[in-house]
Amino acid sequence: MSIRERLSGNEAAATAMKQINPDVVAAFPITPSTEIPQYFSTFVANGTVDTEFVAVESEHSAMSACIGAEAAGSRAMTATSANGLSLMWEMIYIASSLRLPIVMSLVNRAVSGPLNIHNDHSDAMGVRDAGWVMLFSENNQEAYDNLLMAHRIAEHKDVLLPLMVCQDGFITSHSIENIELEEDEKVKEFVGTYKPEHYLLNRQEPIAVGPLDLQSHLFEHKAQQANAMRNAKNVILEVSKEFEKMTGRKYGLFEEYKLDDAEIAIVCMNSTAGTTKFVIDNLREKGVKAGLLKIRVYRPFPGEEVAKALSHLKAVAVLDKSDSLNAIGGALFSDVTSSMFTNGVQVPTVNYIYGIGGRDTTSTQIESVFSDLQEIVKTGKVENPYRYLGLRKEEK
Amino acid sequence: MAYNMKKVIAETPSRFTEGHRMCAGCGAPVVARMVMRAVKTEDHAVVACATGCMEVSTFIYPYTAWTDSFIHTAFECAGATLSGAEAAYKSLKRQGKLPEDEHTKFIAFGGDGGTYDIGIQSLSGAMERGHDMVYVCYDNGAYMNTGIQRSSATPKFADTTTSPAGKVIPGKMQSRKDLTQIMVGHHLPYVAQTIAVDNFKDLYEKSEKAIYTEGACFLNVLSPCPRGWGYPTDMLMEINKLAVETCYWPLYEVTNGVYKINYKPRNKRPIEDFLKPQKRFKHMFKPGNEWMIEEFQKEVDTRWQELLDLEAMTNKGE
Repeated sequence: MSIRERLSGNEAAATAMKQINPDVVAAFPITPSTEIPQYFSTFVANGTVDTEFVAVESEHSAMSACIGAEAAGSRAMTATSANGLSLMWEMIYIASSLRLPIVMSLVNRAVSGPLNIHNDHSDAMGVRDAGWVMLFSENNQEAYDNLLMAHRIAEHKDVLLPLMVCQDGFITSHSIENIELEEDEKVKEFVGTYKPEHYLLNRQEPIAVGPLDLQSHLFEHKAQQANAMRNAKNVILEVSKEFEKMTGRKYGLFEEYKLDDAEIAIVCMNSTAGTTKFVIDNLREKGVKAGLLKIRVYRPFPGEEVAKALSHLKAVAVLDKSDSLNAIGGALFSDVTSSMFTNGVQVPTVNYIYGIGGRDTTSTQIESVFSDLQEIVKTGKVENPYRYLGLRKEEK
Repeated sequence: MAYNMKKVIAETPSRFTEGHRMCAGCGAPVVARMVMRAVKTEDHAVVACATGCMEVSTFIYPYTAWTDSFIHTAFECAGATLSGAEAAYKSLKRQGKLPEDEHTKFIAFGGDGGTYDIGIQSLSGAMERGHDMVYVCYDNGAYMNTGIQRSSATPKFADTTTSPAGKVIPGKMQSRKDLTQIMVGHHLPYVAQTIAVDNFKDLYEKSEKAIYTEGACFLNVLSPCPRGWGYPTDMLMEINKLAVETCYWPLYEVTNGVYKINYKPRNKRPIEDFLKPQKRFKHMFKPGNEWMIEEFQKEVDTRWQELLDLEAMTNKGE
């Protein structure tokens, strides 16, 4: 029996971590994810978990300690946001290259500068090529569910990659919503125990981790990492199916909302999907065939599946909550359009950079995107595919 | 039990094997081998290494010179990496997931770059949190791995590739940071400064103490570099000896805040004896540069006196 509760996104993440009961948590506070280590250290202080909590002096050390802990043969978790993730950046790559299934709760926030504490996806986008499995969550429920599935995916022998579960800072992390929690015992059984094949604390088989890896081997090691990322797709689907059996909550690589018969659609991630669904419902009442494709699995990027799911549309808008500052569009836009191109899908597609630094994204703005798409369908032309949504005109 | 080098070497096989690629005449492998010898045969060790000469010369895929478990992640985070491994050990042990009667010791190695400079935050954090580990700094007084650039451990006036002895500026113009004192300021159970001299007695005994004292311990080991210092490779042990005899590198330990100077030379040798065989100080011996040697000597004397005072102060009433 699921337990009905009301929790914020951060509470949901901390609750998932409590139920997972990892061996080590190393974290450093940063808004808006600070509450996660706060709640978690309370669990530690009260003996609710078996975890060794390492209150490190920086995020760089948080990820370094997670690497040390995971390599030693334990389950290690952390939580961070924005500049915290930026400071970890060097270690983010090392964690994945050492094939350590560390799990992170990333509460998305704008990366400086200038300093801003509110939500966008620039932190996650900065590590999109680092070899981490990246799951995005629309709300507290998904943040919780994704974390419960995280270790099963990351620790799978065909994957062995670190994994981050993203949720929107403040919008999700600090909003209290209804949530269905699973019973502790059921979670424990689902997550299972960590049994690494090789680990530092195995005195019967001492190992060396993190070599100088030169021209003769690094290429092959990188190719193995890439292969693990490819394998992750099926593992995510398998684990999600098993999760559905336990909870009744269904997860795929992405969610299609009224996409089947849609003519125009938005592709986006995290909380904006909620606003978009609301707008779609209103438009549907007016007879507009609008739909949504909400990315859950951003890495590995399900290119073929996304392209196929969008192939019947007349126009698509990809919403990026991070600007790549590259003069051609956001990261999600690049991923979606290149997937469409390589899979022979030709649908007029437009990109909107939106919600930067926590700029509110209203239903009116989403409506304007759909009406732009209707215009594109009418004219068959995409003028300026790299656009802004919600930017004050005078500052354009 | 009195230290006996022959016995130690005969009874404890080296846990750091031959075949590594450190330079001839380098002090670091001598340090690593001796520190690791101090781990009891029945104990396992997890070694963490900061990026640097030692790491890139001892673990080139697919070969390793380490017979214990070993981890290297990056330059500035040996302290944090090892704290994670130690935290895992504590956690798994508490949960009964590791045998109670088997012990693992945690030892980090970093050069002065990875320890005094880029890694000082990670080191300070690990020490403050009190992880049961030893951090060993093999201090060769510059960033040797990248080609002899100055560090905060580089002595004043030394000629390095980023503090070259030029026509206007005669080498590094700043004094050496005293990391050992910074570590003493962390109020650790055991902090020591040592070097490989006299059959490695001081180095071995301090390693043993540091490894088997519960909590975070720190060893600062002067570790000459023939390329960076410019001495003949067969002169390593003599350079070490001169560092101690001139009081450039005093041997001392601080146990729970109490100082003990382990060796006080009866006749302190002039600093020229230590500087002269090293090419990095060559310009100090040019006519007209006598003031540099004088200044260097003065600093050595001041620091030595400070140490004597600290020893006297912390042993009052005993």
